[in-house]
Amino acid sequence: MSLTILAVDDSRTMRDMIRMALAPSGFTVHVAEDGIHGLEVLDGIDPDAIITDINMPRMDGFGFIDAVRGQDDHRATPILVLTTESAPELKMRARNAGATGWIVKPFDPVKLVKALHMVAG
Amino acid sequence: MSDQNDPMAEIRASFFIECEELLEALQDGLSEMDEGSEDPETINVVFRAVHSIKGGAGAFGLEPLVRFAHRYETVLDEVRSGRLSPDHEGQKLFFQAADHLSDLVRACRDDATVPEDQSQALLDQLNGLLGEQEEDTEVTPEEFEPLGLSLDLPDLDALPAPALTTYTIRFKPEAELYETGNEPQMLLRNLGELGEAQVSCDTSALPSLAELSPETPYVAWTIRLQTAAAEPEIREVFEFVEGLCELTISDASDTEESPPAETLPDAPATIALAGPATDPVEPEEAAAPSPDTPRKSGSGAAAKSVVRVDLERIERLVNLVGELVINQAMLSQSLEQAGLSPHSDAMNGLEEFQRLTRDIQDSVMMIRAQPVKSLFQRMSRIVREASAAVGKEVRLVTEGEATEVDKTVIERLADPLTHMIRNAVDHGLENNEARASSGKPSEGTVRLTAAHRSGRVIIEVSDDGSGIDRPRVLKIATEKGLVPPDVQMTEAEIDNLLFMPGFSTAGKVSNLSGRGVGMDVVRTAIQSLGGRINIFSERGKGTTFSISLPLTLAVLDGMVVRVANETLVLPLNVVVETLSLGPGDVQMLRPGAFVVRVRGGFVPLYDLGVILGYRGPLQDHDRGIVLLIALEDGNRAALVIDGIEDQRQVVIKGLDESFYRAPGIAAATILGDGQIALILDPSDVIASAGSIRPKDRALAERMVEHG
Repeated sequence: MSLTILAVDDSRTMRDMIRMALAPSGFTVHVAEDGIHGLEVLDGIDPDAIITDINMPRMDGFGFIDAVRGQDDHRATPILVLTTESAPELKMRARNAGATGWIVKPFDPVKLVKALHMVAG
Repeated sequence: MSDQNDPMAEIRASFFIECEELLEALQDGLSEMDEGSEDPETINVVFRAVHSIKGGAGAFGLEPLVRFAHRYETVLDEVRSGRLSPDHEGQKLFFQAADHLSDLVRACRDDATVPEDQSQALLDQLNGLLGEQEEDTEVTPEEFEPLGLSLDLPDLDALPAPALTTYTIRFKPEAELYETGNEPQMLLRNLGELGEAQVSCDTSALPSLAELSPETPYVAWTIRLQTAAAEPEIREVFEFVEGLCELTISDASDTEESPPAETLPDAPATIALAGPATDPVEPEEAAAPSPDTPRKSGSGAAAKSVVRVDLERIERLVNLVGELVINQAMLSQSLEQAGLSPHSDAMNGLEEFQRLTRDIQDSVMMIRAQPVKSLFQRMSRIVREASAAVGKEVRLVTEGEATEVDKTVIERLADPLTHMIRNAVDHGLENNEARASSGKPSEGTVRLTAAHRSGRVIIEVSDDGSGIDRPRVLKIATEKGLVPPDVQMTEAEIDNLLFMPGFSTAGKVSNLSGRGVGMDVVRTAIQSLGGRINIFSERGKGTTFSISLPLTLAVLDGMVVRVANETLVLPLNVVVETLSLGPGDVQMLRPGAFVVRVRGGFVPLYDLGVILGYRGPLQDHDRGIVLLIALEDGNRAALVIDGIEDQRQVVIKGLDESFYRAPGIAAATILGDGQIALILDPSDVIASAGSIRPKDRALAERMVEHG
């Protein structure tokens, strides 16, 4: 099952990690560096799921999710939030912003793939 | 996962490169905060830098780094949310923490031992800032937990029996479940992967089509799941939708409830009907998210797209471009010799070729150029450490951080600059009492500036200390036998004694800068970069060390001249004017010292042929040709040459260590005809011509007044 994923993270390391975690499973990974860039990249693709960081310059993860959910095409696109905290209030905030689920950093590649399959098929 | 070892190592390497960038951003942000920046984006940047370092460090299991970054981040988060506003000491602590963070990063990168006790000391201080309220930030349970508690009992049942258990799961999504992009179909499928599932759909709440509101969830599912999995695993499937649905999971192994449901191992058909994924456009819903605009953030971080390239490849490119320039020079020379008309197509083409070559060259140089900012940031750390070591309050002011210099130059400047900065803090600035008694602010200032000036880069380190104590310098130099006693020296000459090997003015050797490494080492380092270093000092006001470096180590706009049948190249940018001497233009001050009249003023005259030892002094300067040179100290000098040949770009070929470092000779080049020519550094030439200058200059000025 090959999924197309958009990964938004301001850290190059994280983007590389995500790409590396997903590539062996045959995912197609697009990356963006922040929320605004994420929206630009999203414009040209139709991802099966989106992964986004929260703390980013220009537009943070919450703003990004909000903007994605505001697009009719992506009201139901699964969005996973990458977070370093497992604090419940952060999950709640992510969910209130419209995130589908979350992954706690540092993530295990297997779990990331599993989580994506769980939300996106 | 063994096949991922390699990419991991690569990502790890790139993580540490990213860390350097983040640390730089951190330093910047802290400096801005220190200067009183009110921009909320500043603290955001600072926070994000630490946060990202922590995130990456976690991925590579760099525990000490994660632990320190986590606490640092927690404190910064307090600042970010306005609950904490750091005072002067707090800011200092932030800087120290940033320095320590970069130590940790480097220690992790190089697999060196991590300075744990230092970490602990700083962690304690950071905790001190936080106060007692948040000793442990890792776990903050919220009202979220209770749901999970109920799973203890069935868990106990499940464990001893790996046999199959049958669960009845009732699952009714709420609207929010769909709004967050979750999909019952996926959940059911994931459940199905745990074992054998019988899914029945409860559509009883579904109204007639006319009354149906498309975005309201009406359906619920009951799943009979026969599985070896325990309840926590089942709950895990619903992790993301916890609280977004009604969910009950019960062990149905004993209570054989009548399953009236049609057995649907797969539920897609039902879901396609029920799920609001098939949503028509709904005005009421669409209206809500539309007015939100992206959160505006500060100007700073415009995302630049960057490619990282191996430096070796750039070196190769630079060298090739150098060859191209030589080649182009040869081509134009042979075309000229062929006697082609300057308006011919070939000559026009050549002109275009020249322009392109120059553009390529500039572009290549820009690749290697880097702002000196990273270097300056390292120096700010040196200042902090040095001032703490000697107990002085010192402020570092930097200017021209954006000035771009060749990367290799930047790297090789770090050591000399470090030494100079330490010197400025340790020797340059007075101690607090001395400052107070001379009416200066107790906080000393060290100024570090960079600027492009007439084709060179000038980097200056200055302090507002007491200036050079010249009598003492002279006394020490005499005592150490560096100069003969009773020698008469100008102020500049005394200052330059500091560069003598084996000279150290520190009354007692401090543990900071007096490590036996003198300014002579600094000067050697600068000279090896093709640079010069000068001192300007004023008693009571301070001292400035000025480093002047060539902009690039590769190409130069040169004036090709002839002296005593030798071909020499001078940097074009220092040549202000060329003159042809007439009778009476040159006047003798005293034997061997001449000045030349230039439009009512007098400029000291130097004969290149004599200075370089090519020939004896000319008897008659009449009809001689003179280059008027601008010196870095703002004065001018006139160089006697025999003729001007050309004005062209030359490729600088460094003279390696095996050549004697002749004063005034900066490098060599290959000319269009294949001939090798030396490139001169006029300031150095004149400096080496002897110490006749200051006195003669004064005399020359007097002559101007009277003439």
